[in-house]
Amino acid sequence: MQRKVPQLVCPAGSLPALKAAVDHGADAVYLGYRNDTNARNFAGLNFDEKAMREGIRYAQSRRRGVLMAINTFAQPGRFADWQRAVDGAAELGVDAVILADIGLLAYARQRHPELRLHLSVQGSATSYEAVNFVQREFGVQRAVLPRVLTLAQVETVIRNTSVEIEVFAFGSLCVMNEGRCWLSSYATGESPNTVGACSPAKYVQWERSPGQMATRLNGILIDRFGNDEAAGYPTLCKGRFEVGGEVYYALEEPTSLNVLEILPAIADIGVAAIKVEGRQRSPIYVAQVTRTLRAALDELARDRQHFSVKPAWQSELAKLSEGHQVTLGAYNRPWR
Amino acid sequence: MNQTFTIPRFRLPGLVAALGVHLPQWPHSLALASALNLAALAGLLPKESLAQMEGRSFLVEVLDAGGQACFACRGGRFRPLLTVPAKPDLSFRANLSAFLQLLARQEDPDTLFFNRELSIVGDTELGLLVKNMLDAIDWPRLPFPGRQA
Repeated sequence: MQRKVPQLVCPAGSLPALKAAVDHGADAVYLGYRNDTNARNFAGLNFDEKAMREGIRYAQSRRRGVLMAINTFAQPGRFADWQRAVDGAAELGVDAVILADIGLLAYARQRHPELRLHLSVQGSATSYEAVNFVQREFGVQRAVLPRVLTLAQVETVIRNTSVEIEVFAFGSLCVMNEGRCWLSSYATGESPNTVGACSPAKYVQWERSPGQMATRLNGILIDRFGNDEAAGYPTLCKGRFEVGGEVYYALEEPTSLNVLEILPAIADIGVAAIKVEGRQRSPIYVAQVTRTLRAALDELARDRQHFSVKPAWQSELAKLSEGHQVTLGAYNRPWR
Repeated sequence: MNQTFTIPRFRLPGLVAALGVHLPQWPHSLALASALNLAALAGLLPKESLAQMEGRSFLVEVLDAGGQACFACRGGRFRPLLTVPAKPDLSFRANLSAFLQLLARQEDPDTLFFNRELSIVGDTELGLLVKNMLDAIDWPRLPFPGRQA
């Protein structure tokens, strides 16, 4: 008998990335408009109206889900922009919208009662009380948990709610103060919650000099890399700073999350879906991660008892990782 | 995994670069600008992205081949630049194998960047725009080896 395994939710920053996800076995893709209503608001990324319609058609005609991320917080005086995004999603017939803003959740619930609502990771719900609250108030059917919980804590949430739980399975990690992080604003005045981007590109400078590369964010030196050192994204949380006379990653080392090792446990505790980070990445990244996780999930469905992580899966994923360090993140953290 | 043909990671011998830098560079610039214009004409490059590239200069440097191509976007068309500006708005630098892997969509630019195989200097937002514009091109499906239906 085939065992039930979590759904695989993959990122789509462009139409080719969406097709790559669908073609390589994603159960659902998530995407966003080309504006600041989603947390990957980068130049040239995301979907215009035409690409959006084509992408939705491509996925849904192959019985895959399309989830639209409208997961930034409505800015003063511009609530209509976020309302329009929700109206557009409902009109396009997406399978669900992923929201973080409480006001927007209320709007969506009231205006489009038939629209399925997911709570974004940016909604920062880490307890079952928070998850049950958004279910009671807005009819949220799935919540994406922030990457700060141990596996045991995720299980506690699942045991105490009927809301489907989605967790992250692969992708770049940051300090994970999701939905509450203002570090980027400290350096640039802009952050994911306000403009839909952490460390917006217009503030980033890569400076090359013999033997090294320096990264600056709005003039602030974040890191220096020797020629053989792996680089990371230009975020403050991954910078190396001088603290007490020592230069080191004072907040967080550039790392990627990879849950392959604990995939059976994730399925056992009843996680409904696993998510891949990286709408900013290319179609080839999406293809590589999707097919690897699909293979692992299929293997798990086929034979739970003898599931083992194949070295080929690990090497495929390790290659794509930021910082060349792959961890289980908070899932196996000893402290709470 | 399923690919039947992959571009390996390689580095051309130092001699190639030593010779390459002495060859005229304008054919590369002309070829690249022409290719981009063809893509623009075919409607593969969104007008919105082209508008944001207007008046900007680009340098693509193939380190191990000693070749470089320089072009600018003017009036919605890409034009080769015969002399490299002192400070192009955006410079991409990599070895030939990395560029080929990018073109064949075999490697993700972020992966190459993390691994220090691709360097991007200049206007980072412009770099992101170009990267995302190229990623968003929905190429017609051809039975190329390495591409999957």
